[in-house]
Amino acid sequence: MTPPEDLPRSRGGAESRGAAPAAGPNAPVALIDLLDRLLAGGVVIAGDLTLRIADVDLVRIDLRALISSVNENVPSPFEPGPAGSGLVRGSVE
Amino acid sequence: MTTPPGGRLTYAYAVLRSGSLPDAELCGVGEAPVDTVTEGPLAALVSTVPAAEFGQAEVHERLEDLRWLEATARAHRRVVDEAADAVCVLPLRLITVYRDEDAVRGALAEHAARFERLLAELDGRLEWGVKAYTQAPEDRPEPYGPPTSSAGSGRDFLRRRLRDRQVREVALQEADGLARTVHQTLEDAAERSHLHRPQDARLAEAVGSTDGADGGAVPRGRNVLNGAYLVPRERASAFAETVAELAARSPALRLELTGPWAPYSFTELPEDTDRSTP
Repeated sequence: MTPPEDLPRSRGGAESRGAAPAAGPNAPVALIDLLDRLLAGGVVIAGDLTLRIADVDLVRIDLRALISSVNENVPSPFEPGPAGSGLVRGSVE
Repeated sequence: MTTPPGGRLTYAYAVLRSGSLPDAELCGVGEAPVDTVTEGPLAALVSTVPAAEFGQAEVHERLEDLRWLEATARAHRRVVDEAADAVCVLPLRLITVYRDEDAVRGALAEHAARFERLLAELDGRLEWGVKAYTQAPEDRPEPYGPPTSSAGSGRDFLRRRLRDRQVREVALQEADGLARTVHQTLEDAAERSHLHRPQDARLAEAVGSTDGADGGAVPRGRNVLNGAYLVPRERASAFAETVAELAARSPALRLELTGPWAPYSFTELPEDTDRSTP
């Protein structure tokens, strides 16, 4: 059976499949990975309607968390920050 | 924006060279057939969408509907990535909508220089995603039992809680260090890299639950690296092997490779920030 989001296999993906840890290149794409790219990436040009991060702020609570995760004002975890900041900053539950 | 006759708007997916268009028939948002709008050396992949869904006010409402957002995002990606399989494409931001094809031509003309430079920059390259997770908590040794395992005073309980927390913090710091090493190695294996924010576990779960194909039940641990790497097509296999080697060398992390993607995360010219002359 072909997964719904299967990618064409005419390039590197196919032969690298066995080597890929966990999800391979041909695995179905998780929505969160898609939104990482589609809400934060892509060329922004003025359309008659262009989605801006600010537009999505009204979106329901779980999406609000996503938007803050792609907001440019939030510092990258790899850049030097205040002491104690870093990849593991935040509460450990 | 005023609704055109017929109530259809034009959704633009990607920009590409008019001399190298994909042969495949692509299917866009709402299963609409994808068309090409050409302006000189540039072209855009477009389809029509109902104004009743994609007008400014309507989109604001619809964005609150995760299923609508997912359907739109998957359709957008399908068009962009299927085209990217064959030719160099420049993905546009999700939901870039024009009143008609003439307005798309206008945008192509207006931004022609930027599009040309980006297409030259990205030609022959695709994006790969690599995420690293801490191993799920149940896979890690838990030196202290659950609070109900033995009788003890409230103070013992609090002390155990504190120690548990310290153990987890140390584990996360180790994972942090390993993730940096993974990222540095992949940076060297790629032409460019871009770090996305680590994904929030609760959000991944919430979003994943709408996605039947994803099997959201797998415990994922904490996301400590969410990187995108721009890799020449011919080096895709070598890059995937590097990821596999890193996974083998870093048992404390679980690595996930996704892709190939169109170059969504590399649509800004690297020199844009410090360029003083055209």
